Amino acid sequence: MNHLLIAPVVLPAVIGPLIIMWMRNDLLLQRVFSIVGTALLAVVGIYLNWIAASGEVFVYRLGNWAAPFGIVLVLDRLAAMMVLLTAVLALAVQLYAVGSGWDRKGWHFHALWQFQLMGICGAFLTGDAFNLFVFFEVLLIASYGLMIHGGGEMRLRAGVQYIAYNLAGSTLFLAGLGVLYSVTGTLNMADMAMRVAQMPAEDTALLRAGAVLTMLVFAIKAALVPLHFWLPSTYANAPGPVAALFAIMTKVGVYAIIRFYTLIFPQDAVTETLLGDLLLPAALLTLALGQVGILGTRHLGRLASYAAIGSIGTLVIAVAQYTPQATSAAIYYLIHSTLATGALFLVVDLIGARRGDLWLRLDRVMPGNGMIAALYFITAIALVGMPPFSGFVGKLLVLQATADVSWSVTIWSVILITSLIAIYGLSRAGSLVFWKCYEVEGPDRPEAPKDPAAPSGPIPPRLEPDEQIQDLGDAPANWLALTATGLLLAGIVAMTVLAGPAVRMAEATAQQLHDPAVYIGSVLQGQEGTK
Amino acid sequence: MEFLLSSAIGVLTAAGVYLVLRLRTFAVVLGTTMLSYAINVFLFSTGRLVVDAPPVLRYGAETYTDPLPQALVLTAIVISFGMTAVVVLMALGAFLEGGDDRVDMPRADRLPDHRAGDDGA
Repeated sequence: MNHLLIAPVVLPAVIGPLIIMWMRNDLLLQRVFSIVGTALLAVVGIYLNWIAASGEVFVYRLGNWAAPFGIVLVLDRLAAMMVLLTAVLALAVQLYAVGSGWDRKGWHFHALWQFQLMGICGAFLTGDAFNLFVFFEVLLIASYGLMIHGGGEMRLRAGVQYIAYNLAGSTLFLAGLGVLYSVTGTLNMADMAMRVAQMPAEDTALLRAGAVLTMLVFAIKAALVPLHFWLPSTYANAPGPVAALFAIMTKVGVYAIIRFYTLIFPQDAVTETLLGDLLLPAALLTLALGQVGILGTRHLGRLASYAAIGSIGTLVIAVAQYTPQATSAAIYYLIHSTLATGALFLVVDLIGARRGDLWLRLDRVMPGNGMIAALYFITAIALVGMPPFSGFVGKLLVLQATADVSWSVTIWSVILITSLIAIYGLSRAGSLVFWKCYEVEGPDRPEAPKDPAAPSGPIPPRLEPDEQIQDLGDAPANWLALTATGLLLAGIVAMTVLAGPAVRMAEATAQQLHDPAVYIGSVLQGQEGTK
Repeated sequence: MEFLLSSAIGVLTAAGVYLVLRLRTFAVVLGTTMLSYAINVFLFSTGRLVVDAPPVLRYGAETYTDPLPQALVLTAIVISFGMTAVVVLMALGAFLEGGDDRVDMPRADRLPDHRAGDDGA
């Protein structure tokens, strides 16, 4: 047994409490330990990818108990890739949080960050369905703390909605797991897959109900229409770096969908095309709603939130096809869209720090306008899928994978038309923020309005200090914030330049996912020497 | 017994769903608590209903009840307990900051030039 398999869970689980207990009052130590911890996580992630690249599936049996009785962690290509992606995103965003000073706006930012990473990595690595629930709760409870970091009325209100929605989701998850357990008598995912495959077709009514229940839960996490209502307010009101980290959280839902419905409920078994039939229309609606939302919103945070929803739509369109080719397209697009969405939230935060709020309206020229504009447009081009960046490659792969399926005309038209809408929405926002500002003349914005009912001049004054932004004047190391944003963009460029190897890796991952026998065999066989 | 259990789950779930859909945080918190009670009872039933039997399996045992759902319920109780504490604190924070206990977002969240607390009515 390779003990480094459990390192992505244990490492943050040790560093988090250490930060709370030993360095509560020393922000510098917190920063050093937290960043070093995330960097170590990235190193472990690289190592795990290296060993998983052999195509072998590694199993870590906790306490050396035999599966399916003990809990197992399972490392395959997909899990390894997701852990590395989480670590890379978290590292860049954490540097941003330090550079912009967000981490000192409230208590326990770095400890919560580590608990968040523990939950996310655990969800990717676990091979036990109930354990997946527990890791979901770990990552959710840390995200509740991170989401209201810095406080403020709107953020707390959005936080209440976020918690209430996710509590209902967790309840639903338990119900789904209960149904699955009552039918299969196991919670180990590999064991469950084996028993589902052996089940006579006439006994599968409850099983199908369980499959749809868990699908609903994962759709809530992934923010698929019509279960997306929690996302815009939450992400728009969360601190910028936290929203950027949350870019991976919706992907946890997508990961769980891919894992459950390639391993436990493959398409040709009991559930037939039931789930694909549900997922595809939802994904098309999600894409359309996200991209129209980009056009319709008047708030930059919401613009980024709707962009996140739209990218989930494209991703799930590919996932819903259940073919190896489409799954590999989904995996490539998943990496790209996580980096691009994260980068967009950081750029929006950079804009907020310079403009004083996030409303999409005419304002004075902000400091460093050209630089931020360049970052914004690179991110926007990558996100909507225009050449030359990886979004283009990703969308092309998705289009290719859906070229000869029965819904292909609908899928192609929705993807292409909504891309146009998103291009229009993002470029309109960009020209308003970065270019039209040169037409605004006059003195600095007034400090406070005398009469809020009658705003003076062409620029409505800010009503009160906005808790949604971290002021530029409070940023301890602005260069670091810019560099961190650049790091994510460098990731996008790397995904473009190395598109060939990346696509080959995605294809190998998809092949492994669509051949679950290896996964099941690794977990359930070769258990000599266990208890 | 089956009827008692299933009707209890049904009533708790119905009450929970109704309360979760209310617009005030207190009712929503109560609703999520009801829902988690319903699910805890439901999880018990997933191991089949057995009365007066130990939750252990031994060779030659006449009757036993499935111990795993009991462990799951224990975990679920602990988690929902913690989550309820978090949502109560958060609701309290929102009430103290915003001055009311509404669940829906005020208009100032979506549109500029509205004061916080302006519900757009």
